[in-house]
Amino acid sequence: MNEQPQNLRNFTINFGPQHPAAHGVLRLVLELDGEVVERVDPHIGLLHRGTEKLIEQKTYLQAIPYFDRLDYVAPMNQEHAFCLAAEKLLGIEVPRRGQLIRVLYCEIGRILSHLLNVTTQAMDVGALTPPLWGFEEREKLMVFYERASGSRMHAAYFRIGGVHQDLPQKLVDDIEAWCDPFLKVVDDLDRLLTANRIFKQRNVDIGVVPLKEAWEWGFSGVMVRGSGAAWDLRKSQPYECYAEMDFDIPIGKNGDCYDRYLIRMEEMRQAVRIMKQCIQKLNAPDGKGPVVVADNKVAPPRRGEMKRSMEALIHHFKLYTEGVHVPAGEVYAAVEAPKGEFGVYLVADGTNKPYKCKIRAPGFAHLQAMDHICRGHLLADVSAILGSLDIVFGEVDR
Amino acid sequence: MDDAKLDALGQTIVSALPGAATGHSVAFNQLTVDVEASKIVEVVKYLRDDPNCRFVNITDITAVDYPDREKRFDVIYHFLSPTLNARIRLKAQADETTQVPSLIDVFPGADWFEREAYDLYGVFFVGHPDMRRILTDYGFEGHPLRKDFPLTGFVEVRYDDQEKRVVYEPVRLNQEFRKFDFLSPWEGADYPLPGDEKAGPKS
Repeated sequence: MNEQPQNLRNFTINFGPQHPAAHGVLRLVLELDGEVVERVDPHIGLLHRGTEKLIEQKTYLQAIPYFDRLDYVAPMNQEHAFCLAAEKLLGIEVPRRGQLIRVLYCEIGRILSHLLNVTTQAMDVGALTPPLWGFEEREKLMVFYERASGSRMHAAYFRIGGVHQDLPQKLVDDIEAWCDPFLKVVDDLDRLLTANRIFKQRNVDIGVVPLKEAWEWGFSGVMVRGSGAAWDLRKSQPYECYAEMDFDIPIGKNGDCYDRYLIRMEEMRQAVRIMKQCIQKLNAPDGKGPVVVADNKVAPPRRGEMKRSMEALIHHFKLYTEGVHVPAGEVYAAVEAPKGEFGVYLVADGTNKPYKCKIRAPGFAHLQAMDHICRGHLLADVSAILGSLDIVFGEVDR
Repeated sequence: MDDAKLDALGQTIVSALPGAATGHSVAFNQLTVDVEASKIVEVVKYLRDDPNCRFVNITDITAVDYPDREKRFDVIYHFLSPTLNARIRLKAQADETTQVPSLIDVFPGADWFEREAYDLYGVFFVGHPDMRRILTDYGFEGHPLRKDFPLTGFVEVRYDDQEKRVVYEPVRLNQEFRKFDFLSPWEGADYPLPGDEKAGPKS
């Protein structure tokens, strides 16, 4: 019998848009040679809602809820970036209690996001228990969101110049009581995953990104820290009252999926540490006071005032119909969101609407490197890498 | 970095790149450098490799549309230098036909940002190997973030039960999008107010 030349053929498969490991609506076109990935072509935009176009048509206040719907896993961190940008243009300083509340809720957002990411990444590589344990804690955190803002996810709680409402003391106490038991849950997750043989086999040395590449691909946050850069905007370019908080920045050595997982675990512990300091400062005498600037051209007057003062009533009416007029200028403000550097590039033309509001989402920059990272890996590693990039489609597609 | 240092850095960059970087300004503690669109690669290479700059992290590429200008787009680049702990913004002017060189050979991370700027604004990047639309629908026409693109768009989709597929139709609105003009009544509108059309010029 003659030996036939083997008929070799590359496979092209569609991963998503409806795949549980795609973390949303991602369509990956994978070119495979056997089980080895030759090329990845991510198709995004299936959740594109034109957020930036909509924001251009709305007043500054009306723009805030759109930010909740970007990275819907940690909503308040996004609002924060927009508020910081507008505050820079307006040149206002948030009162101390407002800053503390913002930092407290941003750290809650960080835990919300990392809990989801760590546990679903574990699910992507085959473990089912971590999401069940993690989501219980997320549920409690969302209740804290609800008790502050009235809604569990889309909070719209931050305002230009502060936050919308003060926190009741009971809520502050309950958050404090939540902190220590949560550290136990993190330890439990740690025991489930960190030394787990399967988890390590699926993550160690997978998706290695050297630091130089991480920078030039536009990575930020956990993705550069995993590759060994001690870079965190909360430390290096501190905003709000992060400068006075005492916390550590965990960094990785190898830049693989496993290092990124370990960093997220440690960041949750550090976030709890920051939260405890916030609560302590909120309870101290200088942590009491207003939560939003007193300037009625920016923040509405309090309800009680409006019952008696005509001036306050007019201000309220003008603010909620016409909105804030932001002086002309352009500014870029970035925060260390759980997924990386979330930035807002705001161009104001002096009217009550942003002329342009570009949203710089960390996930967008991370996902574009998918092809680069996945090349040469096995098909099964694609979902592990995707999990460790920490993608949420709300912010990637905008 | 404080404003004085940023200003000094801006001056160094402008004097090191005559003809490519045309000016700089510092506002809100942020450095902006104006560049020639055709020389953008040269500028970015300098910023990345010069030991006094080390802007190794690409943060963002976008555009801003000013339809009244002769060159309607500002193409905006943001870079970050972890060594200096500083950010820089580059601004290049372009119109619909200007060929802006792609940064993809200097920064692979420019890939999707350029595709996005092309998709949403129609800024034309040359040298990009894969210039497809990225955020909008397959087969979409127009550039939605341009100021002359209507908020509602031109087409809408629905599932057609007879044809068993999604069909595209022109947008039909029962009510016009309500855009309130808060600037006119008391602050001197430069156009006839609604209802005033017949009044004629003031005598």
